Amino acid sequence: MNLSQELLASMYRKMMKIRKFEQRVSELFAQGMVPGFVHLYIGEEATAVGVCENLKDTDYITSTHRGHGHLIAKGGELKYMMAELFGRKTGYCKGKGGSMHIADAKIGILGANGIVGAGLPISVGSGLSARMRGTDQVTVCFFGDGASNQGTFHEAMNMASIWRLPVIFVCENNLYGISMRQDRHQAIADISDRAQAYGFPGITVDGNDVLAVYEVAHEAVKRAREGAGPTLIECKTYRWRGHFEGDPTTYRAKEELEEWMAKDPIPRFARYLEENGYASRKELEEIERSVESEVQQAIDFAEKSDLPDEADAVTDVYSDLVEEGRAR
Amino acid sequence: MPEKLYIDALREGLREEMLRDENVFIIGEDVGLYGGAFGVTKGLFQEFGEDRVKDTPISEAAIAGAAVGAALCGMRPVAEIMFFDFFTIAMDQLVNQGAKNRYMFGGKAKVPMVIRGPMGCGTGAAAQHSQSFPAVFAHFPGLKVVMPSTPYDVKGLIKASIRDDNPVVFAEHKLLYRVKGEVPEEEYIVPLGKADIKRKGKDITIVAGSIMVIRALEAAKQLEQEGIDVEVVDPRTLKPLDMGTIVDSVKKTGRVIIVEDDPMSFGWGAEVAAGIASSSAFDYLDAPIKRLAGLDIPIPYNPNLEKHAVPQVEDIVKAIKDILE
Repeated sequence: MNLSQELLASMYRKMMKIRKFEQRVSELFAQGMVPGFVHLYIGEEATAVGVCENLKDTDYITSTHRGHGHLIAKGGELKYMMAELFGRKTGYCKGKGGSMHIADAKIGILGANGIVGAGLPISVGSGLSARMRGTDQVTVCFFGDGASNQGTFHEAMNMASIWRLPVIFVCENNLYGISMRQDRHQAIADISDRAQAYGFPGITVDGNDVLAVYEVAHEAVKRAREGAGPTLIECKTYRWRGHFEGDPTTYRAKEELEEWMAKDPIPRFARYLEENGYASRKELEEIERSVESEVQQAIDFAEKSDLPDEADAVTDVYSDLVEEGRAR
Repeated sequence: MPEKLYIDALREGLREEMLRDENVFIIGEDVGLYGGAFGVTKGLFQEFGEDRVKDTPISEAAIAGAAVGAALCGMRPVAEIMFFDFFTIAMDQLVNQGAKNRYMFGGKAKVPMVIRGPMGCGTGAAAQHSQSFPAVFAHFPGLKVVMPSTPYDVKGLIKASIRDDNPVVFAEHKLLYRVKGEVPEEEYIVPLGKADIKRKGKDITIVAGSIMVIRALEAAKQLEQEGIDVEVVDPRTLKPLDMGTIVDSVKKTGRVIIVEDDPMSFGWGAEVAAGIASSSAFDYLDAPIKRLAGLDIPIPYNPNLEKHAVPQVEDIVKAIKDILE
């Protein structure tokens, strides 16, 4: 595929943005600045970026508990994300959702999701809405290998198939459903095989190769926009961190992690850009520094932001009713 | 005023809202070509076409999830779940997604969807096709819960529910489908959160919902022969719950019995009883608050056992006589 220098640079910047954001979140979590759970995306950046670079602002995504990468790739703003992780009033969700529930309807982000496999039926609904309103919007539904064993996976793929909905199912096979290695949680090697059972194309791609992911997603998005129905894309990748920050990861061998770290999608893409004359080392380093400063600004913004007031706890439950707290 | 069946009034409400707003659509199992398992959506497929009356595979989780997703994207889906018991299969999408989305997203989303279906026993369908449990949903912040008892209410409330910007659980009792009542020709809405006094009286208040309103009114008629003047209050919606109307009625009569179709334990009647006991009506009570509800058993198959599982007219009559003695 012939991609413009501008697009390639944007892809590199976004991958770097995800990496730097996540690395800082990991540090901040260890320092106790971020409450609750965080599930980091480090190592899987090529998948989110390769897919989302094919989308418009008006297109939809549904995301997962490991959602930061998807949100950044779809155009989410770091400062509102970071403020949300800090539980601040200025965060995407006013500090009420946290890492697992960031959404931004203005750019089609229908929410990260704390329930494994729950985004799949929601993507059927957004796909259906685009069809009914007669738009060319597509929905990308991200989920993991673990979610491919939920009932919702099968229900949603079947429904999207019979209605030929503009939905692209992107399975990030990072080899583990929490602690369970893929060969222990299902008897197939390629999750894309399951598409055959629903009568639409399934394709497996190297999820650490951003250009390969881009190309496969490009075709799937085109199919969806043209009304040809859904595609299942399986991106084989690996999460470097545990299932959550603090996970001792006793279930996997150090050698396995090292093997995958050697397949780091970011230097791999940098090499491609340099070797083909799309960017110089210096330019790539500039991108890295500018991203680092953007992440720092996001942290500064979050730290300076106000905490929510107790009174905010009872608003936003309904569009019209306010819970009366303990006044009753 | 013309008399109509509950099921026809419900269908009219759905149809009027589909005509009024092109974003309203129906989704569910056998709702299209077949017209719905109970016939609620009969004819709508022919009138509005297959895109707006969408037949689905037997996949309750995906039906509810598709409704949530479509609602997040600006549509107004009305999902039918064939039997209320099957709501349990759609629980995650309703409870963890639809109900919580607005809050989790900091108020920056709305989920204008209705999910409706027939509950209740009396058809010999046994334990997995007969339970009434609307109160369960009132326990999930973010959901509204409606349980209309008359043709007038079901039409006005389905219209209000469809126009509501929050997810609404709409519980119909299957024995009500064939009940007749007055329904005006002109358009009207019944707002959510407003109880209705179905019968005025001065001796005792019955708070009853759904099918139990019909039984309470029958009991009131019988008791009238014996000089007992019963007031019947129908909350109509469980969430939001109109305690004001209930409290005012109890202050007037000084006695109250709550009649539910759901199993007794942790039912909505307990919420109403607690509300009365902690309200200004407490000082007006001349007798302990009484509850009549379903037994804490799965609904049995045998017709005699089934009848025994939930309050009947004679149970209400007897309970009220006991209170007044």
